[in-house]
Amino acid sequence: MKHYEVEILDAKTKDKLCFLDKVEPNATIGEIKSMFHKSHPQWYPARQSIRLDPKGKSLKDEDVLQNLPVGTTATFYFRDLGAQISWVTVFLTEYAGPLVIYLMFYFRVPFIYAPKYDFTTSKHWVVHLACMCHSFHYVKRLLETLFVHRFSHGTMPLRNIFKNCTYYWGFAAWMAYYINHPLYTPPMYGEQQVKLALIIFLFCQIGNFSIHIALRNLRPPGSKTRKIPYPTKNPFTWIFLLVSCPNYTYELGSWLGFTLMTQCLPVAFFTLVGFIQMTVWAKGKHRSYLKEFRDYPPLRSPILPFIL
Amino acid sequence: MASGEEDGAVEEKETNNKKKTKSAVAIAWLTFYNIAMTAGWLVLAIAMARFYLQKGTHKGLYRSIARTLKFFQTFALLEIGHCAFGLVRTSVIVTGVQVCSRIFMVWFITHSIRQIQNEESVILFLVVWTVTEITRYSFYTFHLLHHLPYFIKWARYNLFIIMYPLGVAGELMTIYAALPYVRKSGMYSMRLPNKYNVSFDYYYFLIIVMLSYIPLFPQLYLHMLRQRRRVLHGEVIVEKDE
Repeated sequence: MKHYEVEILDAKTKDKLCFLDKVEPNATIGEIKSMFHKSHPQWYPARQSIRLDPKGKSLKDEDVLQNLPVGTTATFYFRDLGAQISWVTVFLTEYAGPLVIYLMFYFRVPFIYAPKYDFTTSKHWVVHLACMCHSFHYVKRLLETLFVHRFSHGTMPLRNIFKNCTYYWGFAAWMAYYINHPLYTPPMYGEQQVKLALIIFLFCQIGNFSIHIALRNLRPPGSKTRKIPYPTKNPFTWIFLLVSCPNYTYELGSWLGFTLMTQCLPVAFFTLVGFIQMTVWAKGKHRSYLKEFRDYPPLRSPILPFIL
Repeated sequence: MASGEEDGAVEEKETNNKKKTKSAVAIAWLTFYNIAMTAGWLVLAIAMARFYLQKGTHKGLYRSIARTLKFFQTFALLEIGHCAFGLVRTSVIVTGVQVCSRIFMVWFITHSIRQIQNEESVILFLVVWTVTEITRYSFYTFHLLHHLPYFIKWARYNLFIIMYPLGVAGELMTIYAALPYVRKSGMYSMRLPNKYNVSFDYYYFLIIVMLSYIPLFPQLYLHMLRQRRRVLHGEVIVEKDE
């Protein structure tokens, strides 16, 4: 069996960082990353970007050495992706925050509102309902992170956790402050408005969960394969006929429901910002689907049927 | 099939021509825009100088140039569009932040809070803005005409070193002077209870704006310093080759 020699150069300075001899032809990039990690312990595999070209795309961990366009002496370029943190850690942290923070405002913990309101409860039943919905939403997200989602990437850059937590925690505090305020004004159309909002909210929560399950079932455990999602027997997944990322569609719906329920401008604002971000993600995902699959259903839009 | 291929080739030619004509229109528009803005800020500079020379005081100066200032500064919003539509190769966000901060000063501070219009700090930032904008827009104009006099380039990459800090000082002092009037009048503020379940205190908002200068100003300043080094560094290399 012919062995390969692998040299790894710094993508920016072109310095020789590592030389590996007697590498198996069927070695994967992942295995090469582990070998590189041994000689440079500060660069654990998750923060290594290995590429054929200094300015090219990162090679995947699953790529096999002998299938790459390299000679028996392979030259790779390395870029440090910076400190990494696991997606699961980020998700759990960014979702646990809003759950706890909202409850602090709901229970009117001291130093938020005037002292005479400490540990009192709101007299409006919609405020209690809103707390239940908000808490349910984030508990659902935490459980999905632990038991449902199958992540393509293991890690993301460390600075993302600060950015993401600021966003989620900040907005949660801003919303919760007003909804649980002693001077909160209940919705204009009273019970009718709240009931309608609750129906929309629950419908979209179930929808969002159904999509997450459907997406999970596309991918066998431990794999990173990508397939076109299709409607299943669950009616909530029939929206796949019209939309590429119905999880975002349902998420928007949930927050529209919550906005209607609380009639609170900060919630509307949060919904709008979230919608903008999800649209960007949906368009990106839709584009990669189109690029990867020749037979991708043409009727589908990224996030809003026929519109966006 | 042959005709299909031909159609494809014709289509490509048309889009290439379309691209070329778009560039010519874009360049014509940008040239017009930058000449107009240079002229506008020159008019402002002259009006300000004339007022001061005639009246001997800065009191009432702002009122006399307010309309012209608002017109040309607001017109600058177009620059966001230039970036967004690819006419200019700058980041939309950087341009957006810069233009919006100017719009904010003009409309939400000096226009809305009349009591501070005669403050010296207003004159300070007006002078800084005028010098900076005349330099900037004439730089762009000459650059588009492919005839850039060295002193304009020098001015663009050196004047900012004192102009930026002076401008920031003028703006901050003006906002600070406005605070008591904002507090007393409760302007642009909304209190609970209300049907939108939101509140906004313009006074505290202004304090946050002032604090935001602390992280933002150094970043912009360092960005300009880096650009300056790159431009001057490039020049040095050319001289060495000669």
